[in-house]
Amino acid sequence: MQLAFSADNEARISRLLADYPDPKACLLPALYIAQEQFGYLTHEVMELVAERIGLPAGEVLSTATFYTMYKKRPTGKYHIQVCGNVSCFLKGSDRLLSVLEKALGIRDGETTEDGLFTVTTVQCLAACGTAPALQVNDTYYEEMTPEKVVDLVKRLREEGK
Amino acid sequence: MSIGPTNLLLRWREKRDLDKIEGYKLHGGFRSLRKALIMKPADIIAEVKKANIRGRGGAGFPAGVKWGFVPPGDGSRYLVINADEGEPGTFKDRALLAEDPFRIIEGAAIAARAVGLTAGYVYMRGEFLEIAQKFERAIADARKGGYLGKNILGSGLSFDLFVHLGAGAYICGEETALLESLEGKPGRPRLKPPFPAVKGAFARPTVINNVETIAAVPVVLEMGGDAFCNLGVPGDGGVKLFGLSGHVNRPGLYEFPMGKNLKEFIYEDGGGLPDGKALKGVIPGGSSTPILKPDEIDVPMAFDGLKNVGSMLGTGCATVIAEGTCMVQVALRVARFYAHESCGQCTPCREGCAWMASTIERIEKGGAGMGEIDLLLDIARNIKGRTICPLGEAAAMPIEAFVVKFREEFEAHIRAGGCPSLAG
Repeated sequence: MQLAFSADNEARISRLLADYPDPKACLLPALYIAQEQFGYLTHEVMELVAERIGLPAGEVLSTATFYTMYKKRPTGKYHIQVCGNVSCFLKGSDRLLSVLEKALGIRDGETTEDGLFTVTTVQCLAACGTAPALQVNDTYYEEMTPEKVVDLVKRLREEGK
Repeated sequence: MSIGPTNLLLRWREKRDLDKIEGYKLHGGFRSLRKALIMKPADIIAEVKKANIRGRGGAGFPAGVKWGFVPPGDGSRYLVINADEGEPGTFKDRALLAEDPFRIIEGAAIAARAVGLTAGYVYMRGEFLEIAQKFERAIADARKGGYLGKNILGSGLSFDLFVHLGAGAYICGEETALLESLEGKPGRPRLKPPFPAVKGAFARPTVINNVETIAAVPVVLEMGGDAFCNLGVPGDGGVKLFGLSGHVNRPGLYEFPMGKNLKEFIYEDGGGLPDGKALKGVIPGGSSTPILKPDEIDVPMAFDGLKNVGSMLGTGCATVIAEGTCMVQVALRVARFYAHESCGQCTPCREGCAWMASTIERIEKGGAGMGEIDLLLDIARNIKGRTICPLGEAAAMPIEAFVVKFREEFEAHIRAGGCPSLAG
């Protein structure tokens, strides 16, 4: 089936085009909209974005693969991103990661079989004063402890059923 | 004499509802903009120059001078606010964006009036999505109130502001990589010249300022450039946000006049290290700033003060490291970060950062020879000065400092065939 943006997303992209002097500048926001609708960015999705913005598909691929927040494969419903940089490391982020890996039965970078959770180590989240920090999708969780991580996983599991 | 905290920027701690337009106005919001709208543009730039506010993103370039570089002329001219905060250890702009968004909007409109800018983009890192959504609501409220958009407060000035989200790339905090990213491309830094002031976003004259720099602009107009400048130290005007993280009793965000003593910051304001542990080192202003040993921290936190001890003020957010921490592990986190974040455009950075990370990893895990310590220094020194943008330097300088200042620890790792702390 031919991919298409939903009417809502089509309208969002039209509005975005008015915010920039060059339609090409809409590429990053349009990729987010596509990711929101389709879950992740396949070549077909990138082609759809390319056509909508008026760019060669190769340029869209080049930009989409440069940035880590564009997903090129399916990710769990809850993407847990654990900061592993200096300040979080000093406050025990390695321990948080191993607790998560144990609780979910997966390793860093993997997704649980039920598709509920993906865990990845990420670079600095700019929450060093409240380290260790992690994000679940777009929400920050700060001053985390192994106990809080276990509770969080339990709650998300309930919610995600 | 000890320098106490101020709250010119951190005022949300005592003033409520600053993040709502009514609350913001109640606390004197947009007064500076009203003042700016009846001032001559050149006079506004003169005040910002007098304030001697040096770029708060870490480079320390005087904001007023930067504004003055934009050539006169017509047509589109842009403001870009760098909110791509992501240098490990740094966490100041995120709070400003979330807690006092209208200050940033007001500062942007003042910059527009001073330099003759037609539109602005707040380039926020993608991870800040929830803050970005809140900021967009603030922009909408400011438009409704007549503080943004066409004919601002009936003055004839037209300027609008938009949020643009990044997508996970530290390099986009470099100003020209940021412009590439804003234009929809991979964030690979541009060669300079031309400088953004002449040819920036969409090939038009552009001013790029850090969030905190723009947030300070309404303060400068409110109190006057000289008064703001005099809060700081010679060569470095005003107040600044400072952060503490790592092994410290009271981590978090602080505000002080420029020149606050780093040692005093850690031990008095920050309450020292937990469990009375001894200090091993301090990364003074983000991961790119070379680490200081305990006997090097009795210095003023100002751009020149930290330069004098061979490091940098950077973003002013310090990371405190206690005795008992493996410095090779800390160096490895830093090295891996830059290897991950190098855009790959320049060979010395792309290859050098990856080799520094893999060499430190071998030292940490075992299997490295004693000659690899000098090899590490050689790689670092061969990155410096050979790249388009400062990321190469930002990676090489701290690694060099870790190796030079904690060399015996690297040697002990190699002798033990891996990290002694992991061997137990």
